[in-house]
Amino acid sequence: MNKVFQSMRIAFRALRVNKLRSALTMLGIIIGVGAVIAMVSVGSGATDRIHQQIASIGSNVIIIQPGSQNNGGVKSGNGNSQTLTEEDARAVQEECPSVMYSTPVQQNQQQVVYASNNWGTRIYGVSPEYLTIRDIRIEQGEPFTTEDVRATNKVALLGKTVVDNLFAGEDPIGKTIRVRKVPFTVVGTLVPKGQNSSGQDQDDMIIMPITTAKKKVMGGGRQNNWQQIGQIMVQARDGRNQNAMDEIEALLRQRHRLQATEDNDFQVRSLEEMAAAQEQATQIMGLLLASIASVSLIVGGIGIMNIMLVSVTERTKEIGLRQAVGAKTKDILSQFLVEAVTLSLLGGCLGIGMGVLASLGISYFAGWNTLVSLPSIAAAFFFSALVGVFFGYYPARKAAFLDPIEALRYE
Amino acid sequence: MASDALIRIDHLHKTYHMGDNHVHALRGISLEIARGGLVAIMGASGSGKSTLMNIIGCLDKPSSGKYFLDGVDIGSLQRDELADIRNRKVGFVFQQFNLLARTSALENVELPLLYSDGDKSKFKDRAMAALTAVGLAERYDHHPSQLSGGQQQRVAIARSLINDPQLILADEPTGALDSRTSVEIMGIFQRLNREKGITVVLVTHEPDIAHYSNRILQFKDGHLMVDEVVTNPRNAERELAEMPDIVEEEEEPVA
Repeated sequence: MNKVFQSMRIAFRALRVNKLRSALTMLGIIIGVGAVIAMVSVGSGATDRIHQQIASIGSNVIIIQPGSQNNGGVKSGNGNSQTLTEEDARAVQEECPSVMYSTPVQQNQQQVVYASNNWGTRIYGVSPEYLTIRDIRIEQGEPFTTEDVRATNKVALLGKTVVDNLFAGEDPIGKTIRVRKVPFTVVGTLVPKGQNSSGQDQDDMIIMPITTAKKKVMGGGRQNNWQQIGQIMVQARDGRNQNAMDEIEALLRQRHRLQATEDNDFQVRSLEEMAAAQEQATQIMGLLLASIASVSLIVGGIGIMNIMLVSVTERTKEIGLRQAVGAKTKDILSQFLVEAVTLSLLGGCLGIGMGVLASLGISYFAGWNTLVSLPSIAAAFFFSALVGVFFGYYPARKAAFLDPIEALRYE
Repeated sequence: MASDALIRIDHLHKTYHMGDNHVHALRGISLEIARGGLVAIMGASGSGKSTLMNIIGCLDKPSSGKYFLDGVDIGSLQRDELADIRNRKVGFVFQQFNLLARTSALENVELPLLYSDGDKSKFKDRAMAALTAVGLAERYDHHPSQLSGGQQQRVAIARSLINDPQLILADEPTGALDSRTSVEIMGIFQRLNREKGITVVLVTHEPDIAHYSNRILQFKDGHLMVDEVVTNPRNAERELAEMPDIVEEEEEPVA
C-alpha cells in the first residue's frame, strides 16, 4: 500500500511538470466519461418514463381487437372486420377466471359543442369498468353506472383538455354539451394523465356509456349491427396475465365457432408486452448512444497512450538512472502504469462531474427526462481506471524493458 | 579464488551484434580487483573500457567468460536479480551527474532506497547522513538547478553511498568539472576509499586524475594493455590545502 502511495506521489509530480499536457490528455477522458454518463442518463431517463407510462395505462391490461377476416383467400388485415360483440365482452368477464374486469370499447372522433365553443375530440363508449381498468380517476362529480349503460342515459365524463377548450373557467358539472346535436349531461371530469409514450394527449377524451355512444353518436355507416364493437379491454388478475390471455383465446374461439384449422378472427395483446417492446427499443437506443459516447472514451485512452509514449521517450535517461540504482522491471512498470491510471482516474472523476452537469442541462434545456444512476457513475469510474490500465500498459512495459545502458546514454 | 578479490574477471568476452556486423568490444579480459582498491581505467573511446564498466556495474552481462562480484557469478543472473545487486552492492557516479531535476538533493539521495527493502522511517536520516559525508548537509532542500556542478556531483556521490555499497563505479566523474572542483571530488573518493574501505573504480582519460588512484588499467581495442601500480599516488586533500584560497567556491550553477 505504501508503495502504491509512493508511486502516486511520483506520478503526481511527473504530471505536474507538464500541467497543460496532462490537462489536455485528461480532457479526452473527461469528454469521454462525461458523454457516456450523459447519454446513459438520457437512455435510462427514457426507460424510466416508459415505466411511469405503463403504470399510467393501468396494470395487467389486455386488449382484444377484431382480427383479419379471410374472405376466400383475401385477408383484410387486423381491425377491419367486425367480429367482436358486447356479448363477447360480457362473456370474457363472466367466464374467464383469470379476468377481473372487461369492457367493450367503441371509439370515434366527434365534434362537441358547448354554448359558442366547439372542440373535436375522441369519444369512448365503454362500460363503467373502463375507468378501473385504465386507472382513470374522477376529479369532480361522479362516474356513470351500469344503470346508465342499461338505460342508454346521455351522460358524459370529460377529460381536462376538453374541459379547458369548452368551458373556459366555468364549472362543467351538470352542464349540457352537444355531440352530433344530441345533448349530454356532464356528470364528471377526469384527473389528467398527460401524454402517453407516443406523444398523444390522454386528456383529450370524452367517456360515455357504450350503449349511448353507439345508438346516439356513432350510428349509421357500416355499423348496422348494434352488437358489434371495435375493441374489448380487459384487466387480468395480478400475475395471471398469460392465463387470462389463454382463457380469452379459448373462449372466443369457441364463441366464434372456429374450427381447429381456422385462424383466430381476433387478436389478444397484452399492453405490458407492447410496453416491453417499446422499452426494449428505448434501451437499444440508449445502448447505441452510450456506445457512440464510449468511442470518445477510447479516443481519450489513445490520447493517454500517446502522451505516455512521449513521456517514456522524454524520460528515457531518468528510467536508465532508476534502473541503474536498482529499480526492477515491476517498479518501472508500476510507476508508469500508476501515472497513466492517475491521469485517467482524475479525468474520469472530472468527467463524472461533467456528465452529471450535462444531463441536468439536457433535462433543463431540452426538457427530456434524464436519470443519473449510481451504477452508471461507478461503471464510469471503473472504466476510466480500466482505460488507464489498458492504454498505459504498453508504454509502461516499454519503459520497464528498456536496456539500462541504452537508456543512460540517451540524450 | 583469492578471498580479498571483490571483482574477479576471467577470460571475459563481449560481442555486440548489429545486423551482420559483430563488434568485439572485449576480447578476453582477465583481472582481479581487491577489496579496498582505488583503480583507474583508461583508454581511448572504443577501447572497451565503457563496456567493461557496464559489466562490472552489472548493467550488462558477458558474452563469454566469467565475472564474479563479491563471489557471485553475475553472468548467471536474471534482469531483476542484477537490479537487486546494483541496488545493494554498487554505487554509480556519472559524468553528467544524472540527478532528477525538480527533485531536492535529499530526495535524489533517497532514490536508491525506494527500490530497497529498508525501513522507510529511516530513509530521511540515512540520506542526511550521506549528504553530510559529502559536506552538503545544509543544501539538502536545494534542487539540482540551484547547485553548482561540483555540488551536483557531490549529491550524486551521496546517492551512490546511500546503500553502503562495496563498490563505487565512477564514469568520468570529473569530466564536466573544472580542475579545482575535480580535485575536491577526487578527494572525496580517496577519503571514502580510505575511511570506509569502499572499492572505487573510475574511468577517466585524464592521466592527472588517474594518478589519484593506486592502480591504473589501460585498455586498447578490447584488450588490457597495461596494468600498473601507482607507486606514489597524488593526495587530493593535501593538494587542496596548498591551493590558494580562491574566494571559497561560489561557482556559477550549471544549467
